[in-house]
Amino acid sequence: MPHRYFFWFILPALAAMVLFIALPIFSVAVQSLFVEHEQVMKEVENCGPFKCETVLQVDNETTARLQEEAPLGRFNGLGTYTNRAHLAFEEVGQIWAKTETWEDFVAGVYNLPLYKALFFTLSYTIVVTPLVLILGLFIALGVNRLPPITKGPTIFASLLPMIVTPLIGSLILFWMVDADGILGATLQVLFQDGDLSLKASAPLTWIMLFVYGVWHNTPFAFVVFYAGLQAVPHETLEAARIDGASRWQQVRYVVVPFMMPLVIFITLMQLMDGLRVFEPIVGFSASAKATSLSWIIFNDLFGDSKLYGSAAATSVITITAVCILLTPVLIRTWRDFHRKST
Amino acid sequence: MGKLRIFGAVAALSLTVGVAHADCGISSGNISVLANDFPALHAVVSTAESCAGDGITFNKNHTAKHNEISVAALSADPAEYTSKIVANSSIVPLLNKDLIRPLDDLVAKHGQSLKPNQLIRIDGKVMAVAFMANAQHLFVRQDILDQVGMPAPTSWEEVLETAKVIREAGIMEHPFAALFKSDWNLGEEFVNMYVGHGGKFFEPGTAKPAINNETGIATLNMLKALTEYTNPDFLTYNTSTVAPLWESGEIAIAQLWGSTGGQLLDDEGSTPEVVAATVPLAAPTVAGGNTPASTLWWDGFTIAKNISDEDAEATFIAMVHGISDDMVRANNDSAVWLMDAYVPGKAAEGVAATAAAGAEPYPMLPFMGLMHQALFQELPDFLQGNETAEQALADIEAAYVTAATEQGFLK
Repeated sequence: MPHRYFFWFILPALAAMVLFIALPIFSVAVQSLFVEHEQVMKEVENCGPFKCETVLQVDNETTARLQEEAPLGRFNGLGTYTNRAHLAFEEVGQIWAKTETWEDFVAGVYNLPLYKALFFTLSYTIVVTPLVLILGLFIALGVNRLPPITKGPTIFASLLPMIVTPLIGSLILFWMVDADGILGATLQVLFQDGDLSLKASAPLTWIMLFVYGVWHNTPFAFVVFYAGLQAVPHETLEAARIDGASRWQQVRYVVVPFMMPLVIFITLMQLMDGLRVFEPIVGFSASAKATSLSWIIFNDLFGDSKLYGSAAATSVITITAVCILLTPVLIRTWRDFHRKST
Repeated sequence: MGKLRIFGAVAALSLTVGVAHADCGISSGNISVLANDFPALHAVVSTAESCAGDGITFNKNHTAKHNEISVAALSADPAEYTSKIVANSSIVPLLNKDLIRPLDDLVAKHGQSLKPNQLIRIDGKVMAVAFMANAQHLFVRQDILDQVGMPAPTSWEEVLETAKVIREAGIMEHPFAALFKSDWNLGEEFVNMYVGHGGKFFEPGTAKPAINNETGIATLNMLKALTEYTNPDFLTYNTSTVAPLWESGEIAIAQLWGSTGGQLLDDEGSTPEVVAATVPLAAPTVAGGNTPASTLWWDGFTIAKNISDEDAEATFIAMVHGISDDMVRANNDSAVWLMDAYVPGKAAEGVAATAAAGAEPYPMLPFMGLMHQALFQELPDFLQGNETAEQALADIEAAYVTAATEQGFLK
């Protein structure tokens, strides 16, 4: 295709990407450099149904004038990035100076909100991604061997976890693992522990969230692998069989290498999805035990007073984290691409 | 054309048939109300809606997420809603951004039925009209107290003692429950307990935090002690979790919102035995204090600033009609109303007793929301035994200072 045609062909998609992805990211990045104006306050007397008291109140006129002069707020540079709610350089430095063992240092850093969230988010991504890949592959291999008549219903049933809205799915599971729910009660009987509660202990909550993540994401890997399986060349498989390869060897040396591009594709998608894990934390009311980067952003924008600068800074940090995690995979794809083209 | 016009008239008639029109004395205007989603507010807004009719359009939006959209919706010019129903915390963001109008002239013109204590005055100007009160207070199961021979608890120390006796008698393993869900709810529990200890959240006249002290530690230790008698899932407990547990008879003592009383005392969702034994009490005192460890709340309506004076007047008249004595008489048990026609029922006893015992109102400060948020972000670590009370309080102050600096309240 001549370059000119290619340009016109890609233009609508490119325009949409600039408009809906690049510009918002740019605006978020700009917002993260600013914080709210200094609030000018005055003492006023407030009276309600219960009593009167003298309290501080925002002086609206002065604040409105400040707002008009600089609608973005006060320029704060990278100040928001380095404060305690984010990278907390100063606090980390203090903890480093105060603690003597690595264990204490890690515990101190883990007490800071962003690092705590980062720790869970990375753990979630690192645990869920490989499990999704492996399970997805095995389900695809299994379904592929089914007689045609049962294939349709099985595929449909296997896709259900992906079709169910994440929030609804996690709420349903949340009720099931309740001490009075079917899963929670069964576990109590199995372990003969009437106090066993998946919601009460942090490790169990983490495992519950990981299991939910695998449950929800495996269908995606399954569908992609299943489609890939249909394209595995029969000749190669047959040749492997004639050479005496066992079923496991066929999978290991023919099917998996053939589907390697799909593995990379799913890994990329899972890394991105994992890093923005959010719904299960809300659905499972798990924020006391596990927070994620997306949850922090949500929390900043949720309350009575909205911390736009803080949320924007966390967003930029999340995007950076995604880029860092994706780099190895992207480099590999880039190399493959070059090897093929030369 | 003629047929079409007749058809239009018939359609218009059929639309209005069945809706009782109250004559509120409004001739025209747009009225739209944004409010939280619970029965008492439905009653108020629906009654106001009966003013709609010729030349008057009426919209309403009841949503639990009202606070997330209120600032954006009222910042628009003209504002998306002409009235927002607020509480003492949710009025603050609207005041901070100057989005609601003073109501003095409207009160003088159309507010003869309002009582002076319903008018929320800020810096001398009426900014909201309150119509109901709410507070967290105790509910106890009298049958279980009788069974163990304990009197109704009046202090949190007695609550602990009673819970211990109930557990040791083998009646319930987890006799106590409160709204400890690790969101706004948990922050409110700290606020209540801290206020009960006589604590102040800020250094006087400034936005500087002042909770890292003996009072803060006592507050945390009491909360921690109470969690020993709750189900280990307590950090996921909000009203919609605890109310059904109460109704199914699994809890003997609970600190809940007064507005939940109606649900616990009606004849739905529970057995007659549990309902008959459910008794609302004043919120307990703590550490020998005189005032209950609970904060008083009011709900009231405000009128948006960025709307025409005509719409503001129409909205005000409709909302005053919404909180009329007729509405109160029809919905007497839905809330603790501030209007004269209200006859306090059993469900209101807890709030009334809490207010009578001198509970403090929830602090209406521009930066209280940030403190509340810092509280519930940092408290779970302590309640789960991962850190000391001192560390938790230091974390809360640090989180608050970070947020308040970003918002411009602190330098």
